[in-house]
Amino acid sequence: MNPPARLIARILARFWDTDFAYSFRRAPVAIVSFLVLVVCVGGAVFAPLLAPYNPFDLASLSLMDSFHPPAFMPDGDRTHLIGTDDQGRDMLSAIMYGTRISIFVGLLAIGFALTLGVTVGLVAGYMGGAVDAVLMRIADVQLTFPAILIALLVDGILRAALPREFHDKMEIWVLIFAIGIARWPQFARTVRGSTLVERGREYVMAAQVIGLSSRRIMISHILPNVLGPVLVIATLNLGLAILDEATLSFLGVGLAPTEPSLGTLIRIGNNFLFSGEWWITIFPGLMLAAMVLAINLLGDWLRDALNPRLR
Amino acid sequence: MPLLEVENLIVEFPTRRGLLRAIDEVSFTIDPGEVLGVVGESGAGKSLTGAAIIGLLEPPGRIAGGQIRLNGARIDTLSPERMRPIRGRQIGAIFQDPLTTLNPLYSIGRQLVETMQTHLPLSDRDARERAIQWLEDVGIPAARHRIGAFPHEFSGGMRQRVVIALALCAEPRLIIADEPTTALDVSIQAQIIALLKRITREHGTAVMLVTHDMGVIAETADRVAVMYAGRIAEIGPVRDVVLTPAHPYSEGLMGSIPSLEHRVDRLRQIDGAMPRLTAIPQGCAFNPRCPKTFARCMTERPALLPAGPTRSACWLHAEAAPHV
Amino acid sequence: MSDIVLQASAVTRDFDISRPLLQRVLSGEPKRTLRAVDDVSFAIERGTTLSLVGESGCGKSTIARLAVGLYRPSTGDISFEGHPLSAARAQASLRRKMNMIFQDPYASLNPRWRVRDIVAEPIRAFAILASQKDITDRVGQLLSQVGLSPADGEKYPHEFSGGQRQRISIARALSSEPDFLVCDEPTSALDVSVQAQILNLMRDLQQRLGLTYLFISHNLAVVRHMSDRLGVMYLGRIVELGAGETLFRAPRHPYMRLLLEAIPDLAMVGRTRTPVGGEVPSPINPPSGCPFHPRCPLANDRCRTEKPIHTLIETTEIACHAIAEGRA
Repeated sequence: MNPPARLIARILARFWDTDFAYSFRRAPVAIVSFLVLVVCVGGAVFAPLLAPYNPFDLASLSLMDSFHPPAFMPDGDRTHLIGTDDQGRDMLSAIMYGTRISIFVGLLAIGFALTLGVTVGLVAGYMGGAVDAVLMRIADVQLTFPAILIALLVDGILRAALPREFHDKMEIWVLIFAIGIARWPQFARTVRGSTLVERGREYVMAAQVIGLSSRRIMISHILPNVLGPVLVIATLNLGLAILDEATLSFLGVGLAPTEPSLGTLIRIGNNFLFSGEWWITIFPGLMLAAMVLAINLLGDWLRDALNPRLR
Repeated sequence: MPLLEVENLIVEFPTRRGLLRAIDEVSFTIDPGEVLGVVGESGAGKSLTGAAIIGLLEPPGRIAGGQIRLNGARIDTLSPERMRPIRGRQIGAIFQDPLTTLNPLYSIGRQLVETMQTHLPLSDRDARERAIQWLEDVGIPAARHRIGAFPHEFSGGMRQRVVIALALCAEPRLIIADEPTTALDVSIQAQIIALLKRITREHGTAVMLVTHDMGVIAETADRVAVMYAGRIAEIGPVRDVVLTPAHPYSEGLMGSIPSLEHRVDRLRQIDGAMPRLTAIPQGCAFNPRCPKTFARCMTERPALLPAGPTRSACWLHAEAAPHV
Repeated sequence: MSDIVLQASAVTRDFDISRPLLQRVLSGEPKRTLRAVDDVSFAIERGTTLSLVGESGCGKSTIARLAVGLYRPSTGDISFEGHPLSAARAQASLRRKMNMIFQDPYASLNPRWRVRDIVAEPIRAFAILASQKDITDRVGQLLSQVGLSPADGEKYPHEFSGGQRQRISIARALSSEPDFLVCDEPTSALDVSVQAQILNLMRDLQQRLGLTYLFISHNLAVVRHMSDRLGVMYLGRIVELGAGETLFRAPRHPYMRLLLEAIPDLAMVGRTRTPVGGEVPSPINPPSGCPFHPRCPLANDRCRTEKPIHTLIETTEIACHAIAEGRA
């Protein structure tokens, strides 16, 4: 073996031996969830390579191909394994590309919520006093509204505030921002709680004695020690963020039908659910359910695996 | 006949890195009315021994060998249901943190009454009278008025007094006291020790006193067992173990305790630390830290051997031992 | 004048323990404060150890934090090397001359950092050494100095036992090349055999490096072993302050005598005694007059109403009416 491969092999071997990896190996639910996720994410990431058709290529679409049932149905044909939609798009390809968009929106929205929430939580927890009180009351107030409502509200405000063309171009970013804003308080609350605990520990005092700045103590000492629970919340919230996106798109305030996400596909299909073309909505729905369920189960396992008291 | 006999007790914890033997063939007895002190550093297995005796080992820990007999009858093989009436009635327990023993939602009177009525045939009225008597006995001022008070209304020292009353109220023959004074301030600690001594003497209760504080043992115990890495290193009358220890570990331990009576320039120190359970050395577990090792210590585990008035798990006391 | 490293003059520290503003206003409660340290004065000479001993809630840990500037006194002054402490703290060249050792070896080292980075942190913070190689060498030297191996720098704290962690903590404290160390219960979380190692190490280092210690402990035997001078604290006040040997040989204050009487000792094997009753009152609601009067066998009406002031009796400062009046 060449040196880099050996190095990677060694790192993998060491990881395999950790308690974390051990706990994973002993959790069938986690393994299955992980595999489901690998399939979903893999299919989405490599959609341009794997998908049989390019659903975004409007030129290749033909209304002649619309409403093909799945291959296993009497009228189905093998070229469209799970059928086509009203535009003649291949459902399998549409789902793969749609998942890609859903995951992209979910990841970025959670990344944004995490950055904002962790920063607010660290500052509130470490500084305490009035800063803490103000920041946490804002979080409390926001937590009294359902996240989807906040996202709708933010989305609506941005739609009204931004010029039309600009908004259409920025649609996906508006969506990410809206979902991210809706989900930061949970990160902030958790991080604040852990920060309060860590702040009282003596290693933080040791850093204060030598006169380190608050910023440096927060970043280099406290942050690495509060990230464990954040990881769990991020995972659980990723599933929720993907659902948020689907909900918004289903309600018609998300992404346009030209570049459909899973939510958009479900919304389109919903129109045909009762006229017999059930596959247009059921398959994206199943995909969404499977993916979110897998993420949540994995998050649940992660929470237990990272909890030292359950070891 | 001894009240409690522990014979070759083994406690193991299955982990993914194999079985950890936390207690390794520990044997001792406690006579009726006797106070046996068990000392050792954290991780030596002293609290686990107590937990094994009262049947409260935390899973996945389990008794993997040996016997525990109370009044000659085995209790280590009893099911949890059959063990429950023995706990409280035959063996009482006092732990370091009184809040783990006391239920915060019930008044102390109710807890005493319930404990007594579980084990003794007492009417409500008799039980209440006895509860008041117990509280007076352990030094709770105005016991008759405070019987309805809740645990949080008492200070740490007072709570520990209530716990002692609770442990003794069903009149067990044996009390397992695990670090009963560690969480208390020194002046309170002295009160609790004196109370424990007086009240167990009055009732003829035997005590297994688990603590890391040699001073507490010295003042309280009749005999003492020094534990190291899951085994008993030395066991014998407290005076002999404290003043003329036979095992090099007990000797180092006594020497490393700073004294109130005189000041020395340097404390005796035992270098190194007790091995982790995953890395107990071959032969005598103390050999890496022992100043007196010789060949046999490296290969063979010493059993408890007579060493003057005490018994000590050290090859120095084997007749065949070469003298160094 | 002798060479004083740290001096505290009439230091008092209050903490606000009222409930949050909104709740307080709603329930009409007044603001409540807790006086953790009450009119405390002491001075520590270079190269010596002053110990403060007392039971929980006596304010000794608050003094430790005051001495390194983590808290500011509510009233009174602290000076370090002749400068007001706040001025000394603002100046890196003076701030590096003080450092601290903590109680809990499991909480005092950042679990996510390698030992070499933990020990090097003060070196980097004060820019004492510039090149990575010099820092590595110095860290290795510090680890050897506290009885560890330079190779231990690569490991994480969880790979060490409690005693070894405390050594790491000491190496970190020494890395800023301090003159003055505040030691807050440095051995109370350790087993006795390990405690002996750490205490011996601290005495060796003091002799070798000429360190000055403020040593905080609840363990009188440990304090006796470590101190040149000793202050006995009760409910925020120093009740007796003097040479360690004098206080142990001939304790004057009734509280010090109670403590010495109460502590179980190896020499007491087989003996019995009657402990003194009573409990430490809550500092939130301290007794009037002399805070010790509810437990004091010598208390009279004056003790119940009037706070005793410190009086120098021979070489010992004592705050006790009974002793000042010659009743004891």
